[in-house]
Amino acid sequence: MAKFRIKRYNPEKQADAYYEEYDYDFPEGATLLDCLNHIKWNMDGTLTYRMSCRSAICGSCGMKGNGHALLACQRQAAHLLKDGSDTITIEPLGNMPVIKDLVTDFQQFWDKVDQVKPYLKTKDKPPEKEREQSPHEFRKIDEATTCIMCGACYSDCNVLEVDKNFLGPAALAKAQRFVGDSRDQATRERIKELSKPGGMWDCTHCGECVERCPKPAEPFYRIKELMAVGLKEGVTNNVGARHALSFVKSVKHSGRLNENKIPVESMGYFNIKGLLDLVPVGLRMLLKMKIPPIIHKPVDDVKDVQRIFEEFGE
Amino acid sequence: MIKHDVLIVGAGLAGMRAALEVCKELDVGLLTKVYPSRSHSGAAQGGIAAALGNSEEDSWEEHMFDTVKGGDYLSDQDAVEEYVKAAPRIIYELEHMGCAFSRTEDGKIAQRSFGGHSKPRACFSADRTGHAILHALHEQVLKNAKSIKIYSEWYMHQLVIEEGRCSGVVVSDIRTGEVEVIHAKAVIFATGGYGRVFKITTNAFASTADGAMAAFHAGIPLEDPEFVQFHPSGLYRQGILFSEAARGEGGYLLNGNGDRFMEQYAPSRMELAPRDIVARAEQSEIDAGRGVNGEACIHLDLRHLGEARIMERLPQIRQLGIDFIGVDCVKDPLPIQPSAHYSMGGIPTDMHGQVVIDGDGTPMEGFFAAGECACVSVHGANRLGTNSLLEATVFGERTGRSALEYAKNAEFGKINESHEKARVLNQIEEIFQRDGSESYNDIRNEMKEVMMDKCGVFRDADNLKSCVAAIQGLKERCKKGKVTDKGQLFNTEVYEIIELGNMLEMAEIIATAALARQESRGGHYRTDFPKRDDQEFLKHTLVYPKNGELELKHRPVVITRYQPKERTY
Ligand SMILES: Cc1cc2nc3c(=O)[nH]c(=O)nc-3n(C[C@H](O)[C@H](O)[C@H](O)COP(=O)(O)OP(=O)(O)OC[C@H]3O[C@@H](n4cnc5c(N)ncnc54)[C@H](O)[C@@H]3O)c2cc1C
Ligand code: SF4
Ligand code: SF4
Ligand code: FES
Repeated sequence: MAKFRIKRYNPEKQADAYYEEYDYDFPEGATLLDCLNHIKWNMDGTLTYRMSCRSAICGSCGMKGNGHALLACQRQAAHLLKDGSDTITIEPLGNMPVIKDLVTDFQQFWDKVDQVKPYLKTKDKPPEKEREQSPHEFRKIDEATTCIMCGACYSDCNVLEVDKNFLGPAALAKAQRFVGDSRDQATRERIKELSKPGGMWDCTHCGECVERCPKPAEPFYRIKELMAVGLKEGVTNNVGARHALSFVKSVKHSGRLNENKIPVESMGYFNIKGLLDLVPVGLRMLLKMKIPPIIHKPVDDVKDVQRIFEEFGE
Repeated sequence: MIKHDVLIVGAGLAGMRAALEVCKELDVGLLTKVYPSRSHSGAAQGGIAAALGNSEEDSWEEHMFDTVKGGDYLSDQDAVEEYVKAAPRIIYELEHMGCAFSRTEDGKIAQRSFGGHSKPRACFSADRTGHAILHALHEQVLKNAKSIKIYSEWYMHQLVIEEGRCSGVVVSDIRTGEVEVIHAKAVIFATGGYGRVFKITTNAFASTADGAMAAFHAGIPLEDPEFVQFHPSGLYRQGILFSEAARGEGGYLLNGNGDRFMEQYAPSRMELAPRDIVARAEQSEIDAGRGVNGEACIHLDLRHLGEARIMERLPQIRQLGIDFIGVDCVKDPLPIQPSAHYSMGGIPTDMHGQVVIDGDGTPMEGFFAAGECACVSVHGANRLGTNSLLEATVFGERTGRSALEYAKNAEFGKINESHEKARVLNQIEEIFQRDGSESYNDIRNEMKEVMMDKCGVFRDADNLKSCVAAIQGLKERCKKGKVTDKGQLFNTEVYEIIELGNMLEMAEIIATAALARQESRGGHYRTDFPKRDDQEFLKHTLVYPKNGELELKHRPVVITRYQPKERTY
């Protein structure tokens, strides 16, 4: 028998949120959404959440299971019962106002998607047939185009918790979908916008969004790709310093693995790998003196970071 | 009262494509019960058809012939011709909008094989084609935000018809529960299909026949509802789709003995025969006790394709298998069964998306329909894979243009706001007042079960009669349910009850039309009438409401280029 401990909120009835528990001995193979449906349809019709496709493609059923954002329809309930625990805690997505129970208000999320001008921008008139794009070029937007706008990444992004102006992972992944598109002709304009405060450089590289993303969109990797384009495009003026600073900040950040909130064995590893891709571009820029020196004084105690820079010290 | 020149209900491929057309000159309201990007079009995996000839020479004539033959000669051929001719332009336009398509080595849109198509003509974006197109259209809608106002999470309850003309809809804001009337010069329905009527279905929870029933309640008939497509590869017990692309890429179907049984049923096309034929073959194997381990499923085997190809072409399918049943198709076959997938029938329209109300093509002024909720009919008795995304886009555009032309020259019609509102408020109040002990969940499950068993892949008179009787019984029981959530705020329980009411009515219409069609054609198979009967039944069904009963009439089939022939593969 499993206990579903669900965070309830209905301002029509009561001002504060509270937790309610439902016991359900779910069958093998049941997804979390199957369990919620069972509870709603047999035990408590007032339980409210969104769902539609039940196959991880519409992005409706984002919520938190045991503290982390996920798609209810994609997760086997049994997988949420770790370590002999008999309770699954279900809460609404974070970083968004709650409307009722597990239903959150996506307005800000969509406003931010709007902000990155989420459509192809071209100057040339299209040809009579299709524009050409090689399989290689397609692959550059392959991942980003898998985003289903479920808000899981947005919910758990640490920067958004403290800075509501941050565009957030999903909007940035959407931005990469156009910056990386060989058919889009507004790269520089987009990169300039994305380099403003609240944009890509405000990401702290924590990698949480990669862990939460139910699709290959994995926003942090897309953000990293955006940053690389930013450096290549040399979008400097007053943001150049921001580049360097955030570089140092993030290298230090992932260097000090112990301080990282993310378990070392998963995200810490990925962070370094991610940064490795970026570093050469940064160093090349540095050698050409396009941006201020990245490191002013040695960073102590961070062997990993030193190793990275040694490897790429051209 | 809210006002728009044109109001579109539904924001899947059909609704959004229509909106992009109308917004060129007029102001549009786009209303949907789920956020546009959550529309069910996004679940489409395999592809969208067009004779681009990018991987093999192809022509619109061949596309037309395949479509007509696939539809078992019930398609209206004038409409099919327009449709297949428009296909290449429609695809190029989607590409120009930014839709991400998989590519050939030389940078063109890649195309692959699909059931019933004689040439590789499915354009695709890996195995998330619907998703790619839905998001590309959504991007364009956001770009045109000035002239397209989106009403997300609003529910359309009914159509307003005054003096023989449509003048708006009655809707409610799901978030606040507020009921509103929207006044419009023209209304387009693009509300999708109704697969949720069946137990095992590939359709989303939102695919519940709301649009079809709103039209029906306004006195408009439904065309060819008996034709429901069962997809050969829904996940066993759940119906979650494994795209036909899996077979298009070379996957095998194996019965419990490990045999490629399609050899017995369609030796020339094997696994790539049209869906109705493959689904029946599977069901026959299962019924003969040759399912896997004697269960009601057979195997979809992709192992011989190898991991690299699966990862390139079918990555999402692999992930679905892993997430939902813990089977990795690189290493093991996937258990599948026939699953209700697509509604060939719907609201009758002409080939411009204008809704018609009888066999003579009399229009219902100001009312248009496109996409899966409409019956043009290009698919006839059976739709070919990848032809539906194409239908939604082609007829979305055409219908948008028709509505635009109509609205440009029309005034706002009459509307009695308080009267219209009251009808919906009373309906909701009646649901709140019900105080019985019946469980809506039981009723829904029984409906789905009985439709699957008695009105599914194989049908006969006895089963269909008892199916109709069972559904009528369920409709009665539905009046004795009870709602637990009596609030206004985001009350999903009440909407589910309204949807259940719509589905029960739709179920009865499907079964009644199936009982009347005493022949086998395309997706409709009668074991007691196993042959196609062109003498009696080469005609479309029209089901009308008549004093609480159903009345059946007919509409002629338009035949231009291809005379009916026996259909073999
Ligand atoms: C799993 C799956 C895979 C498929 N794969 C393919 C494929 O590869 N190729 C192909 O050609 N076809 C495919 N199809 C079929 C195809 O996807 C659909 O037929 C097509 O997308 C329908 O589009 P639509 O715009 O008509 O409706 P939908 O996309 O279903 O949109 C319906 C819209 O109507 C709205 N709506 C409904 N009722 C109401 C109401 N009461 N109030 C307000 N709004 C309402 C919904 O919110 C939604 O926005 C597939 C179908 C399924 C189920
Ligand atoms: S990696 Fe960046 S965008 Fe992703 S969760 Fe962390 S801070 Fe947010
Ligand atoms: S990037 Fe991933 S987690 Fe974020 S909205 Fe898109 S699919 Fe969801
Ligand atoms: S219900 Fe669509 S993503 Fe879960």
